[in-house]
Parts: sequence; structure tokens; C-alpha cells
Amino acid sequence: MKAQDRRSFLKTAAAVGTAAVGMGTATAAAGPKNILSPDRMGVLVDTTVCVGCRNCEHACKTAHDLPTEPLSSYGDRSVFEQMRRPDDTALCVVNEYENPKNADLPYDVKVQCMHCDHPACLSACIVGAFSKEENGAVVWDTDKCIGCRYCMAACPFQIPAFEYHKALDPQIRKCDFCIERTTKGELPACVNICPVEALTYGPRDEVIRIAKQRIRTYGDRYVDHIYGEHEVGGTSWMYMAGRDFKDLGFPKLGQNTAPGVSEAIQHGIFAYFMPPVALYALLGAIMWMTKTRKEEGL
Amino acid sequence: MHAHMKPAPMKGKFFTPGVIILTLIALNGLVFLAGRFFFGIGSVTNLNNQYPWGLWIAVDVAAGVALAAGGFTTAALGHVMHREEYHVILRPALLTAMLGYTFVATAVFIDIGRWYFIWHPLIMWNGSSALFEVGICVMIYMSVLYIEFLPMVTERFIGHVTLPGVLSRLNAPLDRLLRFLDRTLERSMFIFIIAGVVLSTLHQSSLGTLMVIAGSKMHPLWQTPVLPLLFLLSAISVGFPMVIFESMIASRAFKQKIEIDVLSRLGGLVAPILGIYLAFKLGDMFIRETFVYLQEFSVESVMWTLEVVLGIVIPLRMFLSRAVLKSPLLLFIASSLVILGVALNRINNFVVAYTPPYAFGSYFPSIGEISVTVGFIALLVLIYRVYVMIFPVISVPEGPATPQTKYAIRGKQ
Repeated sequence: MKAQDRRSFLKTAAAVGTAAVGMGTATAAAGPKNILSPDRMGVLVDTTVCVGCRNCEHACKTAHDLPTEPLSSYGDRSVFEQMRRPDDTALCVVNEYENPKNADLPYDVKVQCMHCDHPACLSACIVGAFSKEENGAVVWDTDKCIGCRYCMAACPFQIPAFEYHKALDPQIRKCDFCIERTTKGELPACVNICPVEALTYGPRDEVIRIAKQRIRTYGDRYVDHIYGEHEVGGTSWMYMAGRDFKDLGFPKLGQNTAPGVSEAIQHGIFAYFMPPVALYALLGAIMWMTKTRKEEGL
Repeated sequence: MHAHMKPAPMKGKFFTPGVIILTLIALNGLVFLAGRFFFGIGSVTNLNNQYPWGLWIAVDVAAGVALAAGGFTTAALGHVMHREEYHVILRPALLTAMLGYTFVATAVFIDIGRWYFIWHPLIMWNGSSALFEVGICVMIYMSVLYIEFLPMVTERFIGHVTLPGVLSRLNAPLDRLLRFLDRTLERSMFIFIIAGVVLSTLHQSSLGTLMVIAGSKMHPLWQTPVLPLLFLLSAISVGFPMVIFESMIASRAFKQKIEIDVLSRLGGLVAPILGIYLAFKLGDMFIRETFVYLQEFSVESVMWTLEVVLGIVIPLRMFLSRAVLKSPLLLFIASSLVILGVALNRINNFVVAYTPPYAFGSYFPSIGEISVTVGFIALLVLIYRVYVMIFPVISVPEGPATPQTKYAIRGKQ
């Protein structure tokens, strides 16, 4: 420090500052693919139509090479006694809830990734392993993921699941909107198998139009709310129901996007790298001034 | 204050009864750690799809980073503001930070499912991720800390490189390398010192941004958009208490006199910082009107009260008293309380406050998780002991006959 003269101090400090700014412009462009296409697809789940046959669960496992019992065993309705959640062994599950209007026609709710328009997992992921694809699917990239599980902490729907019992190559598992099938023009496996057409796949805007149409036509059948139209800024999967969504196991969420506040803070702290560079300059100035004072014997 | 304090390697036996106990605790942790690597995270921890983060993230990573804040706070005080009177604490604080961050990085390594991809954030960037920012800052800051430590290596080994046998041929080149490092670092160290302070303020606050994205999954007593500010303020306020705590323990372990003059002056700086932290924490509570949650008797309300009363209010009152500042025992207690408070705060933020919408039970760390965490802390203390016995970290009163040259013995160039 003693050998340091003031001129070179300033020169080096300036060089460091410039380097940091240069780095800032590079970071601004860095990030995973995050497309919000106007033509993105959506699925409408009509929980008043679903009969709880769970064929979708079987089709999902088959499409994703997950081990499964034979289809004939899926008729067992005792599984509905407990609420189940999607995990690394089943990317979608169906839960059953009472129908207060008609005890013989319970409501069945299929649960899987909602494929948010502004996904929290995508925003949170340290390496950008999630991407929002052109068709609306939120997919995970095994080649990037480091297994930190921050996506699980971030997801408002508690969807991503982790293979805790694998020592090597544990995966994050969640519904991928059957990206392999849909890019080939096929329907998602669950939509394809559904025998009662409880699932409607189509452009998201179109699907919302159909939902509104149904609510208008059969007012007494539905609550006037399409879950997922506006929740956390909109999701690709949307639900219609005959009773309040909070009684069907849906979390009560606002219309603000899940990553909204977090990204605002993050981008505020790093606005063009100005705050860190300014702090660096300020500290450099204090260091220089206190040093000068000391040398002058004050 | 003693005018002639000079850092020197500590002398004495390495193995004492305390060291043997710490070694056993560390070994126990390593056994469970082996289980994690052979059979997966699920075999050792109580983590599951409802509770993805537990003790290792809350204590080893979040509390670890906060408690290593002594490094940047003392660097700002001693190097940036040139407060020479604090020089005796700079090296121990730097060593604590350096080992603390190494401990944090190791904890991240064992907690992530794909540890062999830990380098991915270096080339796969996500500018919107708070975790990415924390990860990158911690990596750079850790490198900066190791660079800041280098002068202690050069000071110790210039003229003393005596490798045995075949390796002795390397003695001269190594000595030249050390001398080169010494000359270069003397001129450029200020860059690293300022960078260290900037990087610390960045990632200490971003660590608070981490849980903001969890939104309503986090209890309102802790969930607030000002979390990054609260994390930064609490990290700054725990910096000096951590230095006091660690300095007193080291003095006792190596039978040195406690530097009470320096430490009580340092303690005098704690109260204002702690006061600002408390003001922001309570201010935020009143603006968001979250005090209503304190009326109900729950794990959350009890933990919040413990954190604030035990960890902020009581030590704040203590640090305001001159009697406490003059008494080594009371100063030690007050410092320990601040440390406890910040550790509790990190545990609360990452574990207690986290309420998954679909929980099939609650999370409590497993024996394995606790063993690994405690084992790593023991290991950290042992490595600290090794370092201060090899390198000139802790200052001792200078004897009258000490030569006045920069290095005690000048080697051949």
C-alpha cells in the first residue's frame, strides 16, 4: 500500500470500474429462453366434467417412461381417501372433493405443473435450466441443473419434485406439457386419453373464450372464475369448477407474477451495474481521503 | 493499547483434550457425509418435496455467510477508513472470513443434488436469479479473501522455504515466486480490499432476496420486500461481535492476554449499527402491520420474539453500557447474543418461516443433518487452529530484541 502513489491508484480504480460496467452489459443479455408467445397453447380443465378415471395418470407415466401399475388397477377409487401431490414418480395426479350440490357427482381435480406465463422456477433457477417455450410449455434442462432445489422453494404451486434417493444424476421432475409430443403436432398424453373430454387443448386465448362461453351458458354449473386466467400473471393450464377453488385444494394467489418483486429488487440492485460501481468508487474515495489525512498527520 | 503488537504464529501443542473432542465430532459428521454421497440426499436428511431446503442451507450457508461478515466489516474499518488502532484484529477477522466462506462453499457442494455441476453458474448465467448473484459473488469474494490472505503466506515463508529431499530444488523458485507476489500485492491490494467490501454488501443483501420469490409460502413475520436490506444490516451488525467472540476464544485457547482495549472500542461501534437494524426491522413490522401475528401463540411468533429480544434488544442494551464494554465476560456474552440472534434470524427465514401450501408434516433436521453441520463447525475450528499455528495471524506483544527488518530472516535471492 505504501508504494502506491495517488495517480496509479486512480488509474487502477478507473480500470476496474470500466471492466465491471463491461461485465454488466454482458449480464443483461444473459438468461434462459423466456418466450411469451401470443400463440401459446393452453389446457382447460373442467373439474365438473372429470369423472376421476385417472386414465390421464396412466397415460402420463407411459409417455414419460415412468414405472406404472397396469391400467386396470387405476379404477380403484380408494386412492381418493387421501390428497395426493405430483412427485418424481407421478407427474400428474387426480384428487377428489365433495360436491355439496350432489353427493353422487364428486368433483375431481387433476393436478400438474400450471406452466405459468411468468414462471417463478425460470426466474429463480441459478443456471437458467428452465425455459418458457414458444408453445407455452415450461421445461427443465437436465444438462444445466445443479440440483439446488431453489425452483421448489420458488414455485407457488409446489410442483417441481426432486429425486432425493439418487446419489448420482438426481432429476427435477415435473409435467413438461408433453413437449416431445406437442412439437410433433400430437396432443399431450393426458388430453389425448381423457374419455370424457374434461381437458381441452388449444390456443390459450381460444381456451379462455370457450371457458367464458360455458360459464355464460351454464351459469348454475360453475363459479364465475377461471383459475389460472389471471393467477400469478396467468398460467397455461386453467381450471373451471362448481365450487370455490379454495375448497378444491387450489392456493389463493394474487394477480401479480410470482417473480415480480424479486426481479424488481434484483434488477434495482444491479441496474446497469451502477450501484456496485458507485459503491466501489465511494469506498475508493474514502480510502484515499483517510490515507491523505493520515499522511498529513491529522 | 500496546504500541508494539506483531502478528506471529502461535506456539504450543496442537493436540489438547478439546482438540481431540472436536476431531471426534468432525469424524462423526464425515461418516454421515459419506452416506449422503453414496446413497443420496434423502438417505441422510429429512428434506422432501415439501421442504426442499433445511438445516444445511439455513445454518451452513445462510448463517455461515452472515457470521463471516467480520471480514468485510473490519476491512472497511481498518483498511478503507484507515483506523490503525484496529489493526490487531484485521488478520484474525480475515482468516475467519476466509475459512467461513470455504465452509459455506463446501456446504453448498454437499447440499446440491448434482455436486459435480457446481461450476455451471460460471458459464450458465441467469441475471434474474438472486441465487445466481449470490453464487457468483460468493465465488469471487472467496477468491478475493484468499488473495488478501497471501501476504501472511509470503511474510511467513520468504526466506524460509525449506522443502526436504528432491523437492529442495524447488526452494529457490518458490522463494522468488513469493517475493514476486509480495511486491505485486503490496501495490494492488487496495483493489481487492475495496472489491471485497463491495462484493460482500452485494451478496449479503441478495441472500435476503432469495426468499422473496417464495411469496406467500413464507410467514408474513419475515416475508417483506425489504428482506435484502434487513439481511445486509444484520450482517453488518454481527460483524464486530463475531470478531470479539472469536478473538476472546483464540486468546484463551493460546493463553494470550485478551485485547480488551481494542475489543471494547470495537464493541462501542456495535450499538448504533444494531440500533439501526432494530429500527428497520420494527419499522417494517409496523408498516406491514405484521405485529398481529405476535398475538397468536405459534412456533413462528415464539421464534420471532426469541430472535428479536434475545438477539437484538438485550445485546443492544448491553452494548450501550460502559460497564459491559469494560468487562471481558459481559462483552463476550453480549457478542454471543448478537451471533445467536443473527443465526436464529437465518434459521427463521429459511426454515421456520417456510410454510409449503401442501405439507404432509413439518420439517425438523435429522441426526445426519445435525451431525454434518456440527462436524463441519468442529472441522472449521480445527483448521483455524492449524492456520494460526502456521501463519502470523494473531498479534502478540513484540519482544525488545526483535529486529526491525521486514522479514525476520532474509533469504538468498
